[in-house]
Amino acid sequence: MLEFSNISPNNFEQCVKCTVCTVYCPVTAVNPLYPGPKQAGPDGERYRLKRSDFYNEALKYCLNCKRCEVACPSGVRIGDIIQQARINYSHGSVGLRDRLLASTDMMGGIATRLSPTINGILRFIPVKIVLDQVMGIDRHRTFPAYTPRKFTTWFRRHAAKNQQRYLRRVSYFHGCYVNYNFPRLGKDFVKLFNACGIGVDLMPGEKCCGVAKIANRMIKQATDAARINLREIRHAVDSGNDVVATSSTCILTMREEYPHLLGLDNADVRDNIMTATRYLYQLIERGEVKLVFKQNIPPYHLAYHTPCHMAKLGWGVYSIELLKMIPGVMITVLDNNCCGIAGTYGFKKENYDYSQAIGKTLFDSITRENPDFVVTDCETCKWQIEMSTPYRVVNPISILADTIDFEATRQANSK
Amino acid sequence: MKFDTIIIGGGLSGLTAAITAAEHGQHVAIISSGQSALHFSSGSFELLGSVNGVHVTNPIDAIDLLHDNHPYRLIGREQMLNLLPLVQPMLTRAGVATTGNHFANRYRLTPLGKIKPAWITLDDFATFDRPDRIPWRNVAIVNIADFQDFFPTFIARGLREHGVESTIASTSIKEIDNLRKSSTEMRAATIARVLDYNAICSLAGRIKSVGRSADAILMPAIVGLYDDLLLRQLRRLVNKPLYFISTMPTSVPGVRTQMQLNRYFTNLGGIFMPGDTVTHAALKGNSIEAIFTINHGPEPLTANKFILASGSFISHGLAATPSRVIEPIFNLDVNFPTDRAQWFSKNINEAQPFMEFGVKIDENWHPSINGKTISNLQCVGSIIGGCNSIKEGSGAGVAMLSALAVSIKS
Repeated sequence: MLEFSNISPNNFEQCVKCTVCTVYCPVTAVNPLYPGPKQAGPDGERYRLKRSDFYNEALKYCLNCKRCEVACPSGVRIGDIIQQARINYSHGSVGLRDRLLASTDMMGGIATRLSPTINGILRFIPVKIVLDQVMGIDRHRTFPAYTPRKFTTWFRRHAAKNQQRYLRRVSYFHGCYVNYNFPRLGKDFVKLFNACGIGVDLMPGEKCCGVAKIANRMIKQATDAARINLREIRHAVDSGNDVVATSSTCILTMREEYPHLLGLDNADVRDNIMTATRYLYQLIERGEVKLVFKQNIPPYHLAYHTPCHMAKLGWGVYSIELLKMIPGVMITVLDNNCCGIAGTYGFKKENYDYSQAIGKTLFDSITRENPDFVVTDCETCKWQIEMSTPYRVVNPISILADTIDFEATRQANSK
Repeated sequence: MKFDTIIIGGGLSGLTAAITAAEHGQHVAIISSGQSALHFSSGSFELLGSVNGVHVTNPIDAIDLLHDNHPYRLIGREQMLNLLPLVQPMLTRAGVATTGNHFANRYRLTPLGKIKPAWITLDDFATFDRPDRIPWRNVAIVNIADFQDFFPTFIARGLREHGVESTIASTSIKEIDNLRKSSTEMRAATIARVLDYNAICSLAGRIKSVGRSADAILMPAIVGLYDDLLLRQLRRLVNKPLYFISTMPTSVPGVRTQMQLNRYFTNLGGIFMPGDTVTHAALKGNSIEAIFTINHGPEPLTANKFILASGSFISHGLAATPSRVIEPIFNLDVNFPTDRAQWFSKNINEAQPFMEFGVKIDENWHPSINGKTISNLQCVGSIIGGCNSIKEGSGAGVAMLSALAVSIKS
């Protein structure tokens, strides 16, 4: 019988073998052991569908950056095909190192209780060598510092009760990074949104979005967490809230990977899950929120880096347009290139050199621009760029929180 | 989100329209579902290479020979003469260096060793004044060892017909050798990505030694993916006429052209949205109020003016069902014969009628839905059909000139 339409949800049949994906794959250029997105994706899939032992373990080199999907003229979800193949066909068990790296929530929970001890230990050269030799975590990496006080603890003590006075509310998906490593970003988020007349709620059962667990094939754990997150998101949406995050990767995972890789239907709430910059931009555009900026903001030069997952979401434009609202500030949009870390990928000893080689194009372009700050919506891009260049990397939400006139913005939005 | 102009399609046509609008101070967005046909570029832009199978020497004079609903006839000879001088300066501003002019076709060397007419050509490539006179006596065709997307013997055979002798050689450097570990990924763009300043220096040394006695070097187009700095460096170091010949796709010079145009557009303040697809539009009366995309979901994208540059079948600007040819975003009226047997010729080498299918447009490039003209939408590039761009060699010309025609009022 003649099929008039696709039978695969990932559009695998639409591949015309044009090889455009290969041009944009960050791994292909630096690691010849990786078969490349076309070969690893739709080409390999034809064989794997016949016999699963055509599966090639080199697919582990895929960063899951989705740049192949953004480039594909035929709408093939190449990244999904590759990740799905890893989930379905990879036989190796997940080792201890990968389990620990992927368990960002569990590790964070333990480490925040032990910080600053643990921060000191993780920076201690002999410990790094042990991690490198015994665990396979590259010694060049510095673990992001763990915070002594979790964001959620700060929020409960200092912010929660103030939120009741706002009519308009959002549910903030803070993610592991804000909670365990960098509460400052969460505080900036609360400050900015409150100034805009928007109350912030947390979702009490929030779990890690699961991106690192998916990348490390811990599918059962990822699916369990995703089910809980979807339940929390549905509660939030039922109470009238949208769900926003300051991490583009958390958002991509909950919107796209839950249905595509974990098989969890999120269609009823998908449109309510978005990045903080998209949410804010939409309110400003509809005239429902106004930002009043400080006088005399220094004429900063900001270089915006579009994280891979933000590029896949297609939402870098919201962050860029918000930054353009700041008076007197110059914005350069960097060419779209991967920073190379891809979450836990770059921490693994076997990937370290590839990771840095991938990032080189981006690092060079930042050095050429020589900005005052690099701005990006992804925490792992921040670690990677700060480790590999002398520049400080800031989330656009923090830039806005720092440049608004808090009182004037609050008054402009209090009706 | 609000824009002055939204352009659907990020290929040569969409970028030309977008850059022109942005240069006039408009706030412009491009929505591009995947990368464009520039990734398969030969390195030359064609205006009009042949009419009814006969090579064209002077494209402007040949316009009168085209049938009435050809895009060039719609623009008109006079307006063509106004718009053509704008093309190369625009490319130059974007950093794309070219040679050629619209008064007389130049001639380029194809990857199979044939000579074909070309309008303007990226500086990477050799072009000739006349199809029968090649200004070399003997050339060295230098391939990269084991690079299979380049065919020196065809090129040598073609050159011999014009009295040019060739020496075929292959060479390599350690940066490229490393790529051989993968049987499938040794492609032009991948090679281009491993060539940095030092690699170019070693490559130049190898090329110099194998091409010592030649009066020109020909090599596959594997240099300069992001900009043309490395390409100029290689030429300086080799210090002898060095020209590239296009490889199997993807085309390194084509990708670079796309990147340069994107970068220029973005620096003008334009918003390029890659990897997004327009799903539908909201119409009010006979104008488009907003369009909606997969990525932006319920968020409407609004503009005063919309330009559809979504390409033909291969780019999904048009789609064929068993009984109809449709334009999938707006469901615009399309020109095609109802009898499916007339859509194609069974001889694959003949001109295929479906190549000429396109949306119906009025004299101001406005399309229609069920016979009703849409006032704030214009169509440019290959989606308008009306010509067989492959047979006549007119793809880039139609793409750029139709885009300029809707962007610039005469």
